[in-house]
Amino acid sequence: MSARLAVDIGGTFTDFALERGGRRWTSKTLTTPHAPEEGVLIGTRQILASAGMAPSDIALVIHGTTLATNALIERKGARTALLTTEGFRDVIALANEARYDQYDLNIDLPQPLVPRRWRLTVPERLDNEGKVLLPLDENAVRAQLEVMRGEGIEALAIGFLHSFVNPVHEQRAAAIAREEWPGLPISLSAEVSPEMREWERFSTTVANAYVQPMMARYLHRLETGLREAGLACPLFLMLSGGGLTTIGTAARFPIRLVESGPAGGAIFSAHVAKERGLEKVLSFDMGGTTAKVCLIDNYAPQSSRTFEVARVGRFKRGSGLPLRIPVIEMVEIGAGGGSIAQVDGLKRITVGPESAGADPGPACYGRGGTKPAVTDANLALGRYEPDLFAGGAMKLHVTPALAALGAHVGEKLGLSPEMAGLGVVEIVDENMANAARVHAIESGKGFTGRSIIAFGGGGPVHGYRVAEKIGVTRVLVPSGAGVGSAIGFLRAPVAYEVVKSLYQRFATFDVAAVNGLLAAMSKEAAGVVEHGAPGAPVRENRIAYMRYVGQGHEIAVGLPSRALTAVDVAAIRVAYDAEYTRFYDRPVPGSDVEILSFAVTVATEVPDVQAAADVADAAAPAPTRVQQVRDTRTGEVAPWSVYDRGAMMPGARVAGPCIVAEDETSTLVGPGWSCRVDGLGYLELERAAQS
Amino acid sequence: MTAHDPLLAIQRQIQWNRLIAVVEEQAQTMIRTAFSTTVREAGDLSAGVFDLQGRMLAQAVTGTPGHVNSMMESVGHFLAKFPANTMKPGDHYITNDPWLGTGHLHDLTVVTPAFRNGAIVGLFANTAHIIDIGGLGMGPEGRSVFEEGLYIPIVKCFDQGVPNETFFDFLRVGSRTPVELEGDVYSLCACNDAGAKRLVEMMDEFAMDSIDDLAGYIFESSLAATLAEIALIPGGTYSAFMRSDGYEAPVTLRASMSILDGAIEVDFTGTSGLSQRGINVPPAYCRAYSCFGIKVVVAPEIPNNWASLAPFRMVIPEGCILNAPRPYPVSVRHVVGQLLPDLMMGCLHQAVPDRVVAEGSSCLWNPPLRGGAQVSGQGAEVADFEVITFNSGGTGARPGKDGLDGTAFPSGVRTMPVEATENVAPVIFWKKELRPDSAGAGRTRGGFGQIMEIGAKGDAEFAVNAIFDRVANAPKGREGGGDGAAGWVGLNDANGTVLRTKGFQVIPKGRRLLLKLPGGGGMGDPATRNPALVERDVADGLVSAEAARRVYGASK
Repeated sequence: MSARLAVDIGGTFTDFALERGGRRWTSKTLTTPHAPEEGVLIGTRQILASAGMAPSDIALVIHGTTLATNALIERKGARTALLTTEGFRDVIALANEARYDQYDLNIDLPQPLVPRRWRLTVPERLDNEGKVLLPLDENAVRAQLEVMRGEGIEALAIGFLHSFVNPVHEQRAAAIAREEWPGLPISLSAEVSPEMREWERFSTTVANAYVQPMMARYLHRLETGLREAGLACPLFLMLSGGGLTTIGTAARFPIRLVESGPAGGAIFSAHVAKERGLEKVLSFDMGGTTAKVCLIDNYAPQSSRTFEVARVGRFKRGSGLPLRIPVIEMVEIGAGGGSIAQVDGLKRITVGPESAGADPGPACYGRGGTKPAVTDANLALGRYEPDLFAGGAMKLHVTPALAALGAHVGEKLGLSPEMAGLGVVEIVDENMANAARVHAIESGKGFTGRSIIAFGGGGPVHGYRVAEKIGVTRVLVPSGAGVGSAIGFLRAPVAYEVVKSLYQRFATFDVAAVNGLLAAMSKEAAGVVEHGAPGAPVRENRIAYMRYVGQGHEIAVGLPSRALTAVDVAAIRVAYDAEYTRFYDRPVPGSDVEILSFAVTVATEVPDVQAAADVADAAAPAPTRVQQVRDTRTGEVAPWSVYDRGAMMPGARVAGPCIVAEDETSTLVGPGWSCRVDGLGYLELERAAQS
Repeated sequence: MTAHDPLLAIQRQIQWNRLIAVVEEQAQTMIRTAFSTTVREAGDLSAGVFDLQGRMLAQAVTGTPGHVNSMMESVGHFLAKFPANTMKPGDHYITNDPWLGTGHLHDLTVVTPAFRNGAIVGLFANTAHIIDIGGLGMGPEGRSVFEEGLYIPIVKCFDQGVPNETFFDFLRVGSRTPVELEGDVYSLCACNDAGAKRLVEMMDEFAMDSIDDLAGYIFESSLAATLAEIALIPGGTYSAFMRSDGYEAPVTLRASMSILDGAIEVDFTGTSGLSQRGINVPPAYCRAYSCFGIKVVVAPEIPNNWASLAPFRMVIPEGCILNAPRPYPVSVRHVVGQLLPDLMMGCLHQAVPDRVVAEGSSCLWNPPLRGGAQVSGQGAEVADFEVITFNSGGTGARPGKDGLDGTAFPSGVRTMPVEATENVAPVIFWKKELRPDSAGAGRTRGGFGQIMEIGAKGDAEFAVNAIFDRVANAPKGREGGGDGAAGWVGLNDANGTVLRTKGFQVIPKGRRLLLKLPGGGGMGDPATRNPALVERDVADGLVSAEAARRVYGASK
């Protein structure tokens, strides 16, 4: 039976997940930043050896990487030029003319990826309907290409106003560039992000061009390296939107790879949700520096078309470069085990976004860190056994943790170091709960009947308390949670999403034009998928982004995946009112509705997941020890039993308060909660009905 | 019980955090549901939660400073007319009275009571700048508030959940954009409801019967922290003045700021008298921008609430342009009001020179554009339109950093994409880019202004209702830094025809409106600027080689 291998390159570790039949192997190696493919090849050899497989056993390699993101954050991309409409040289510098923080006089705004000297203009202009107001000056294009040559430009972005309505000028300029300068990588805004709003579209196009040469080289080296190592199988790339694509498409639109790791995590959660038949889920991934939350309904992560990368104000909305690409919608905040706590001028505890990182790390690592981190606070509450952290691989030190909590939090507030630890953990849990609440409100969703799927090093530790804060009564901790993203890659379909703007009002709906556009988009998306998965059965999903005429923010409404009829159009209009009411309680009377853009996604069918069989109750193991743990809700210290997760058989149930320990993390089962191992080996925490 | 006191202290912090998150969600809901581009694209709005005495507990960070004190004061006016004990679940109250709300008829303020177990527990308020309220439209031409639009006293727009159709009838007929206006009122009410729901959820979670204890804790902490920051400012009285273009005559703004024990008091004696046109500033709006200008320097990290704003006191003489009485026209009060932070920093510069910035373009350069039959009558070549974009020049240099190019300050608004504007009105922006050589020179330079060239489709006739400033009075540098370039308003013709900076003017067929937005002032001696930064600006085409030599002494 053929095997599939997933590789997720992160900032510190490269994660591997290998599957054949029902078996799975996972591993981690250190990332090799100077040449990331080296770490991939080393780790691949290791995991094949431990699984006793030959390279030729691998039928598919699926890959995700933060390489493009890092290049954008560290500004290590190509010397990129932007060719744009005369009079609009500074669109990516002027942005939205706003500050993301009203009260910071020393604010830094994100600097454009292309400096002004390489933002070059040519006479041309279209109006909002795509009509030519000023023809493209082709000689000016040639002259600007000469300027670029003199500047040693390595990649070209072309962005003209209203090109998403009519790409004719962008295409002609690109043709001239190809003719004059064969081999120059070119990104067109009408192809990379064909949607209204010039700042976002140009920003996305420039970012694509900026990472393109480096990503193309890297992907080529990786492909060659894998082939030389005997892996002749296809290589697929994970996209930010949750689908897989071929190397060819990835090299053309590398900007679509930026959020592939987190997308893998969300797909991992969606798969777990399907295994357990949980229709409403909140994916909760807490690591060392950040926590990510993502809503998953009916086993599909929510998608979005906007994203910010390389934020200069830590996690502040509006402080990054905007990207308009299909992406799995999630909220990321600066809340992780390394997040540092302090007390502000109002005597309030704040946590993060500053992080102790891996070096020196939290004070309890004993590597010279003196500032209190969330891990120190958890230790002060008695949640970790200092000698048995990470399966005993790492010893934690209580004294520096308490000293740090005392000096930076407790003494300033008249609290003991232990109570200071409680305050820190409560605040970080509150921050994560708030992020989840905001995300739910922005998505028009609630938490009733929802379950949390907790993973990452911190998810299982903080999951039950975050659940209490948002009113969730079930938390699931799957196995393999340390390499969740890589496992998610193995579950992703080959998929491609095309988004295009076509303005429509329902009062004057042009059924033929819309059908024509949707058919063309469907063909484009299907072509990309067919190339990656020839002959595979596919599913198509169509969406219209709609709003009341005059409103600014659109709501996604599903469309049937076929040519529309007048009857369909009326039904879509009704569906919009229903969807709007779900978000905002009441529809607005008397307003027409407009459609701004359409999205078509084609994806291969994902094999049906076997719902987990229920297992009979089994005896609980004896606790391995007892820890004195302080409860964050009541402040009281009580003995909590500790169980070894490996010793808990499917069907075993233990009552909280207790801790289920494993090498990668600890699952806390709070007072009033119980924990049962399900048929898949996952921990299922449930909170008894409230007293 | 004492063992639990630390826990209660921690829980109160959680509750305060939660309140701030609740009002932020309230603001975000408004941005997503609003119809007016001014709210949804520009973010010209505000949201907050209040106790039953009308004291503000928390305010959304999303929003604009002009609403800070003014919205806070307005809730008291609502309670004076409709006491809390007369309010019922599902009620919503509204006004746009410039003297009971946020300073001009274009701002709607809605107040909504929150109920828990049948008892009123708090109030939510929000404010939004709507696109049209009838009258002359956004512009300075009115000679009294009665000409400036539909005047809404404090009334119920929803009575126990039922829309007040009489009110909505008046509203619809009074506006050029009735559907959007009605939609915005619905949006304001819905987002107050969302806030109220979340407040009640929090009170349930923590078993709170009232928010009074929490309010006491918030106010006590905020006041103490604010006073601690004020204590760091060297005591004394500091004076400053500046001049703005005005409408019929230049306006002098004068302030004398006293740093006292436990308060900062600003006296505006010496400021010009009232204008006959709509640039007058109602007192609440003067307090809002003055307070912002002080707070952003003295206590920027302390959240806005009743107690944190209380130590900043304004003495505004009667008859001065910053204390406009009803019915003086006030439609474009921002054009004077947004200069007040520069004036405050002029005072504070004498006390804490390393914490203030140079003067900037400061007041927004929003061109209100109108065309079609309202301008050209039966000869109109384009459909009727009314559109405004929110644009900004450069901000002042900062002690350690250059100013920001084409960025709103002190206003907190955003601009909208040109593609979106051209999709809602038959206008063409032929140019919108940075304005070279407009930044005031200095060790750190000001931000660059912009140049905008705007025509109607087919170069048809259209009109601008100008509200621009800093044309005769450029933004000043500090500590030897140069002034930013002054603004310029005119036509794109060969003669460089100049237009007035304020008032309704027609752009003839075949011509376009040309705006040169001011640059920010510089800070420190230009000769001490890092030469590499001068070279960078020259390479980027933002500073001419000639200016680099003349102003910075660059060798090449």
